[in-house]
Amino acid sequence: MKALLLGAAAIVAMASPTLAERGSDGELKIIYWQAPSTMNPYLSGGTKELEAASLVLEPLARYDEGGNMVAWLAESIPTVGNGGVSADLKTITWKLKDGLLWSDGSKVTADDAVFTWKYCSHPEGGCAQSEKYNDVTNVEALDELTVKVTFGVSKPFPYGPFVGAQAPLLQAAQFADCLGTKAPECTDANFGPIGTGAYKVTEFRPNDVISLAANTHYRDAAKPAFATVTFKGGGDAAAAGRSVLETGEFDYAWNMQLAPEVLAGMQAGGKGEIVSAFGTLVERVMINMTNPDPALGDERATAKHPHPFLSDINVRKALSMAIDRDLLVEIGYGDAGKPSCNVLPAPEIYKSTANDGCLVQDVEGAKKLLTDAGWVPGADGIRQKDGVRLSLLFQSSTNAVRQDFQALIKQWWGDIGIETELRNIDSSVFFGGDPGSPDTFQKFFADVEMYANNFDGTDPESYMANWECKQAPRPETQWQGNNMPRYCSEDYDALVAEMAKTGDLMERARLAKAMNDKLMQEYIILPLVDRGRVSARSNALGGVVMNAWDSELWNAADWYRVK
Amino acid sequence: MFNYTIRRLLLAVPTLLLISFLIFLLLDLAPSDPTANLPLTIPPEVREKIRISLGLGEAFHIRFLLWCKQFFYNETLNILEQWWGWDFGGDRLRVLSWQTRSPVVDTIVQRIPQTLWVVGMSYVVGILIAVPIGIVSAYKQYSWFDQVGTFVSMVGYSVPTFFTGVLVIVIFSVWLGWFPSIYDTTLVVNDWSSFVQQVKQMIMPVSVLALYNAAQISRFMRASMLDNLNQDYVRTARAKGIRERSVILVHVLRNSLIPVVTVIALGVPQVFGGAIITEQVFKVNGLGQLLIIAIQAGDVPTVQTLTFIFAVLIVFFNLIADVLYGILDPRIRYD
Repeated sequence: MKALLLGAAAIVAMASPTLAERGSDGELKIIYWQAPSTMNPYLSGGTKELEAASLVLEPLARYDEGGNMVAWLAESIPTVGNGGVSADLKTITWKLKDGLLWSDGSKVTADDAVFTWKYCSHPEGGCAQSEKYNDVTNVEALDELTVKVTFGVSKPFPYGPFVGAQAPLLQAAQFADCLGTKAPECTDANFGPIGTGAYKVTEFRPNDVISLAANTHYRDAAKPAFATVTFKGGGDAAAAGRSVLETGEFDYAWNMQLAPEVLAGMQAGGKGEIVSAFGTLVERVMINMTNPDPALGDERATAKHPHPFLSDINVRKALSMAIDRDLLVEIGYGDAGKPSCNVLPAPEIYKSTANDGCLVQDVEGAKKLLTDAGWVPGADGIRQKDGVRLSLLFQSSTNAVRQDFQALIKQWWGDIGIETELRNIDSSVFFGGDPGSPDTFQKFFADVEMYANNFDGTDPESYMANWECKQAPRPETQWQGNNMPRYCSEDYDALVAEMAKTGDLMERARLAKAMNDKLMQEYIILPLVDRGRVSARSNALGGVVMNAWDSELWNAADWYRVK
Repeated sequence: MFNYTIRRLLLAVPTLLLISFLIFLLLDLAPSDPTANLPLTIPPEVREKIRISLGLGEAFHIRFLLWCKQFFYNETLNILEQWWGWDFGGDRLRVLSWQTRSPVVDTIVQRIPQTLWVVGMSYVVGILIAVPIGIVSAYKQYSWFDQVGTFVSMVGYSVPTFFTGVLVIVIFSVWLGWFPSIYDTTLVVNDWSSFVQQVKQMIMPVSVLALYNAAQISRFMRASMLDNLNQDYVRTARAKGIRERSVILVHVLRNSLIPVVTVIALGVPQVFGGAIITEQVFKVNGLGQLLIIAIQAGDVPTVQTLTFIFAVLIVFFNLIADVLYGILDPRIRYD
């Protein structure tokens, strides 16, 4: 209902007559409490940099608020149906819109796309988005406006290169001398890339403020409505929210990670409102299927030693049943979250309804399940069987909401006779992936851990492949890999392999759902909350369409001043 | 005095080299990863490539020597080129930040104005408030003025700036709407209205920090005045019939300032260090904010360069304090 209302509001906003001419609405003030460090998304994978850059740099196609792909710099989306994608799924041919200009007035050509691929795939460049160009063997310009991308393998979903905020076009002329190890030395280009977007950079102060002005060569002569943009960075989420919702100094504030009651208090000021959209970000508890006992030395937390009690599905199921997901949402996220029973919660066609039972907390059921499985309370109230006590180490990154969640979950697990010790680790260490540190989320030297993850774009193929056997972090992979639970199932791997060669969308959806259901029904991952993107917009700013699938600023060209 | 200064300056060179090595060692031993804050959607292989492109694949001593060369040699040549327009030619790699991939020194230069304006001004204001308060408090010890002064300085010293900062924002920005809550670093002061705007946006951060600085210094001033007021020379001066005003402001104050000047000189490097919390609260984005963001992002070159510059300033102002001591107090001679 809420989404409907938001959607309706967006349509009304878009339908209102925009008779304004370019630059007639003065200054747009945006605040990101994490300040962007560079305007080149290929040199920084951070969200703040991607979004700042999306005002200037644009891809061939991007995702709209419903997760649908829309042609952006391209004329249309190539598909097998229209001949843009070859029958063997190994090539995709994009056609650029005619008459596109860079902000310096030069023409946008297919060579710019070819160059962008070379720039990001250079082995010494350390390109943060090289995943987007995975398996690409060649990109060539067939004519001035036609780009052909060739993959080494067949790609059922060939929309990685040049799609979304992560893979925009760079101007070949500007970055020609910035390939490979030279990339970081091109400070001027990295701070002020020439783009096709509605705005161009006039001054970039790293980690502080970006000044932009309307791009006089933008393809729509009536846009953008604003003459200049001030993109301020720094501070904290509360201060950013205050500047939009309470003092009205800014028009748009990004990422309002605040307690629900704080946000409600700010909104009461009446100067603006919260906008949100849900994508694929799920806060989840990962179960360690291997034994993290330090006594095992080098073989600790590897597949050689199954977990002493979490390898029993009844224990895992009981852990899930004891959790009240509604309460977690209410305390931690408010409007910015909804309870989730799936690790793959969106887009709609991939969303399974088979696991919705988890929405209801069932403490008695969990107790009965454990008792029936032979786990009976000992003298101290903690359940045990054959000398194994149900005592967990629960780790997460340091973050106020996560520590609240940990405390609540500890209490619920205590209610069903499972003892929990809590631990939190600074996020730069926890997510740091340093193989020398024992505290990373990959090493998982704990029994359960909690964090959030999602995937780029709308295609879940590589995300669902995270839980293949071979993705388990282990000493041989320098503890890298995405399969934190060390889940290993031949059936699951077979589903992954099948999806990799299936082109039909409905069939892909069936496979993705099957994988999700398998993980859920074996209780390998306990999803908690589907987290949305939340930002604040001033009442004086119109045209904002919140988007969870691309940059939030994806349609900034359409924003205008409400008078 | 001159020989002493030269000797101290020469001694500073090995000291600073050792400091830079220790900082580098500490940063290297600390668990931090420049790719840690990237979204989880970026796969580990890509992260590894990013780390290698940042030079993390090299051994510790190579990275340290490289930093030394970039900082002490390349950056020095660069400064000479910029100041005197000389051209040494050649392709010199400067110290590059891992976050922004741009020269760290350029960012520092960009940040100095707002830090000096806000933090420096608060230091000056703090001193201007603290010295008179200290004098009056000591002269009228245990009077109501002294009691109030003691109370205010205790509050100023013990209440953290992240509390007072947010408090004044809520009062003066949200309720009253007098001052902006976000500092505009791009503001250019070129006429009366922009000057007014600059004053408006500086008032809150400057007063919050000045309260804190004044609290410290006024206590030193008061204690030092009290020490001197009971000395024999004060009684002598009074006995000679010198006016009370001269006794206090010429004889006692001058002698009392000796320790206070040292405290003030030793506090100057902190001005350049920026005020991490206050800068963050008011979005001043000066050197303090640069440092904290670099630490959070695991940006070793920036942290190393900034902390080293702070170390240089601390060593330098220690020397200044010692020299000032000699000038203010004729009894102290170093040669």
